Amino acid sequence: MSATTTRVRAIYRKELREYRRDRSIIATMAAIPLGIVVFPLLLVIALPASAANSLQGDPLVILLGIPALVPSIVAGYAVVGERVQGTLEPLLTTAIRREELLLAKALAALVPSLAIAYAMYAGFVICTKLFAQPAVASVVLHWPYVIAQVLFTPLIIMWSIWVGIAISTRSSDVRVAQQLGALAGLPVLLVAYLISFNVIHMTLGLALGIAVVLLVLDGLGWRFVAAAFDRERLITNTK
Amino acid sequence: MKRSGPALSVQNLSKRFGDRVAFEDVTFEIDYGEAFGFLGPNGAGKTTTVRALSTLISPTSGSATVAGIPLAPENGERIRQSISVMPESPGLYLRLTVAENLECFAGLYGLSDARQSVDRVLRAVNLAERDNEPCGKLSKGLRQRVSLARALLNEDADVIFLDEPTSGLDPAAAREVHDLIDGLRQRGVTIFLTTHRLEEAERLCDRVALLNTTLRAVGKPDELRERLFAKTLTVRTLAPIPDPDWVFGGLPAVDGWRQDGTGTYMLTVSDPAVAAPHVTRALVASGADVLSIAESRHSLEDVYLELIGEDTEAVPQ
Repeated sequence: MSATTTRVRAIYRKELREYRRDRSIIATMAAIPLGIVVFPLLLVIALPASAANSLQGDPLVILLGIPALVPSIVAGYAVVGERVQGTLEPLLTTAIRREELLLAKALAALVPSLAIAYAMYAGFVICTKLFAQPAVASVVLHWPYVIAQVLFTPLIIMWSIWVGIAISTRSSDVRVAQQLGALAGLPVLLVAYLISFNVIHMTLGLALGIAVVLLVLDGLGWRFVAAAFDRERLITNTK
Repeated sequence: MKRSGPALSVQNLSKRFGDRVAFEDVTFEIDYGEAFGFLGPNGAGKTTTVRALSTLISPTSGSATVAGIPLAPENGERIRQSISVMPESPGLYLRLTVAENLECFAGLYGLSDARQSVDRVLRAVNLAERDNEPCGKLSKGLRQRVSLARALLNEDADVIFLDEPTSGLDPAAAREVHDLIDGLRQRGVTIFLTTHRLEEAERLCDRVALLNTTLRAVGKPDELRERLFAKTLTVRTLAPIPDPDWVFGGLPAVDGWRQDGTGTYMLTVSDPAVAAPHVTRALVASGADVLSIAESRHSLEDVYLELIGEDTEAVPQ
């Protein structure tokens, strides 16, 4: 195992252990997705078959709020959390490179966020299949949309993570960093709603275009956050 | 392994934050295996110097080599792999156990068998039985020990920086940390110890440097005492000597004398070992009832106060 892999793995495992034992993070990461998924799910289940075609907007697209918002909880904590509890200095005196540190923290935010988002999708799809009128289910479960969301989810999560970490490196308060990170996810939600209500008409070409843009933004996000990660400023708060 | 050159070489190193000078024109060298004390009041620049040498911050000017590696941004990773730092604040992950904290850092130091290394350092700091306790439940003294254990994890470390390792500890906990540091010193580990506890430096360090933004002195505590203070013998007699000039005048190695209270005489001497027998014989010959003859020993605190002055916020402990 290379030194980079060993170091990334060490931070990744540490992060997951910390998140698992932080009740406020667990509670927030559970509450946000449930808050997002409950309303569209109830709407779909309660809708009579006769009204299936009158369904306005695509409830499934609204679930894109989960990958947009959930990662900001852990990503916002990533750097400022270390600063607040005084663990950043010992961490930065080891041989770990900033790219390795950020990658490990991003992976540690990606894995639970991805698991939650996919679990919510799966739950939504299963509940719709089981409890919604078949006519409603066939309108809602538009398979190209389902597949598009499965593909978009990690890309949106990564974007949300880099924005969250970028804010975390500049912030001195965990809650402020998390709230600002969540705000940064709102444009994604806005686009999702515009697609859901057919203000933006989704085509295969547009979907691919958005995916490519997100992919590029994710790559740039890592580079940008790594470049902006200044050990001296983080330790002394003077620059 | 025999290593050549100094473990740390610092030449005219300075660090400014805007208009504020953290430290300026600092120059010193430390050999491998040496325990070096870096003394100074709060705000003197000790911690900033450690941060500069451990590549956390960039010096404004000057140069340095750390474990033989030039201090430069491109060498940051190599330097950090060659050192260990115990910061003033333990900086532990309080939700993780002692072992989990150390396992994380074992991975960061690239140790192949993390568990074995963790066990080794836990035994070294006498915490082997508490490896599964969350760090948040440990006392301040125990957290300092875990922090020291973390600094010991890096088997490749040529220099260990200990920044105020006993800060905020009660005397018993401080003594435990002293014993651990003393153990490292006995094993020939190069130690850079910043402290404003003078007795700590005197006990643990081969040489000390006194810093108050600029470096005021570097040397062995005895050398600094000799450099700053004349050697004196303190003579106490039961009754005042009728004619001290006759007794002390012209004795070998005795340069002068003054009376310091009834029956107490301070003799300025060039060499106490030569002067003391002659003084004893002269006193006996004069019929004086001698209570004691002792070499006056200036403490490192005297040296500190002489060099740093009393215009500092720190009170030597």
